[in-house]
Amino acid sequence: MLGIAAYGVWRTRGQRGLSGYLKGSGTTGWVTIGLSVMATQASAITFMSTPGQGYEDGLGFVQNYFGMPLALILIAAVFLPMFRRLNVYTAYEFLGRRFDTKTRLLGAGLFLLQRGLGAGITIYAPAIVLSTVFGWPLELTIILSGLLVIIYTVTGGNEAVSVTQKYQMLVIFGGMATALVVLLARLSGHLAFTDALTLAGTFHKLNAVDFSPDLRRRYTVWSGLFGGLCLSLSYFGTDQSQVQRYISGASLRESRLGLMFNAVCKIPMQFLILLLGVLMFVFYQFETPPVFFNQSSWQEAAARDGAKFHAVEQKFAAACAQKEQAIRAWLEARRRHDPAAETAARAQTLAAHRQSEEARAEAGTALRQADVHAQTNDGDYVFITFILAQLPHGVIGLLVAAFFAAALSSKAAELSALGSTTSVDFYRHLLKRDAGEAHYVKASRWFTALWGVVALGFALFAHLQENLIQAVNIVGSVFYGVVLGLFLVAFFVRWVRGTAVFFAALLAQELVFCLYFTLNISYLWYNLIGCAACVLFSLLIQAAGFKRKEST
Amino acid sequence: MKSSGTPGPPGAPKSIVDEKATGLPVFKTWPAVYLFVFATFVVWVLLLAALTGIFS
Repeated sequence: MLGIAAYGVWRTRGQRGLSGYLKGSGTTGWVTIGLSVMATQASAITFMSTPGQGYEDGLGFVQNYFGMPLALILIAAVFLPMFRRLNVYTAYEFLGRRFDTKTRLLGAGLFLLQRGLGAGITIYAPAIVLSTVFGWPLELTIILSGLLVIIYTVTGGNEAVSVTQKYQMLVIFGGMATALVVLLARLSGHLAFTDALTLAGTFHKLNAVDFSPDLRRRYTVWSGLFGGLCLSLSYFGTDQSQVQRYISGASLRESRLGLMFNAVCKIPMQFLILLLGVLMFVFYQFETPPVFFNQSSWQEAAARDGAKFHAVEQKFAAACAQKEQAIRAWLEARRRHDPAAETAARAQTLAAHRQSEEARAEAGTALRQADVHAQTNDGDYVFITFILAQLPHGVIGLLVAAFFAAALSSKAAELSALGSTTSVDFYRHLLKRDAGEAHYVKASRWFTALWGVVALGFALFAHLQENLIQAVNIVGSVFYGVVLGLFLVAFFVRWVRGTAVFFAALLAQELVFCLYFTLNISYLWYNLIGCAACVLFSLLIQAAGFKRKEST
Repeated sequence: MKSSGTPGPPGAPKSIVDEKATGLPVFKTWPAVYLFVFATFVVWVLLLAALTGIFS
């Protein structure tokens, strides 16, 4: 991984122009763009969490990505040509050209606020897992990974991010494929692949699509199509960390093909990662898993009250043994084509599974009693635990390298986007308009480094707090909808002018803040509310007052 | 067209003809590419629905 970082710095050495530093040399091909867009989205926490999500809840999470292909088609057809036609450095520069300076700065400011906080989390999340794996102090892993990514993002700029992300994604794909192959080989010792799928289906892990109109269900085809479309439009169309990836293309064709590559590949990719988690679940029906996958947290708590925790472990192990016995009886009944025995064994399997889940719930309760701040969701630790316990040493090294790759990719893209937005939208526009190219490149490097230090500081601070990951996700959703609304008005409502949309965005943001502090709804809805409010207020304000004034 | 290294973003807009050409052997226009991507998405949803139906 150090080699990949060094390669990125070497390949992009000697860049002097602002455009080359921020947008790359303008020669980036669609494969590099496509992998870079994919790597920017697939942060380390996603890479580590998704198999755990599949392990716990099955394939249903894949519906979250159903809106993404549609959003990417819209972005490739509408957003991208406009960005390229105006030849902008940042997405917010487009807002300045379409509306005015104050609207541009508002969009850029909202992005910096939410992404600046998120940058701290993307480095904190993998660092805590690496700390668990290697036993190093958390602060050390945060600082080491943070400094590495700052160095190669600052020295290489945007093109270094694109160049290195391509190889990092290849490492990630290699690692995931290796894990899948090893898992399938281990499973073949217990049961055939079709039996594995049937067993997973018995536990409802293969319910990939749900056409239920129930709004309370988190993952359905409808929430994925409509909610996912809104989220993907916000993320890919207005978030500078993504926009910067595809406007750096050698041509409109290369950028479009890079986006279409993601539109085609994302759903099968997420499906395979989730399937990896589902197959891990099947594997752990034959190998007793730990009662709580975050073993460092479990052992720390168990040290205080060993007898209680040992009893929970024993109860869980007994339920798992009973379940394995029932599953083997079920498989034997299937081989004998004995439907009655199959039905009986299946019922025993599900009963034993309920007992094992009860033991896991008891483990969570015991943890909370030992430490009220203890995290009882161990989904992020499932894949790490499988890697460390089941895979050969060489493969462990490869997958740990893949974790680093994902962390470096997403972190570098964020820092690069934060640095370029600060430099282009604020520094060059407000403070120093007539300096040379070399000056702006230098300023961008300093701003990137500054954001890197801010992210490092935030990550170190987050170590002292609880629930900060969730808090930053909420902050992102609170701001995302309004930014999307700004862009939708810019693209589709040509008679609305800058002053109207500026005040509409401020009002919409106020509304979202008020609703956030008064309503008790899922934070995901604020994306839709913010967007709809911004568009609606823009139309009303323009129609009410500013239309006549601005047209004269 | 501005060259790299001069003030302002380089790479002036390509011609309309260039923007319309996909350069792909099968899908010659962008609407055809988008249709293919959409069709692929529909196929994926149908396959996932079939998987759900078979193993639920």
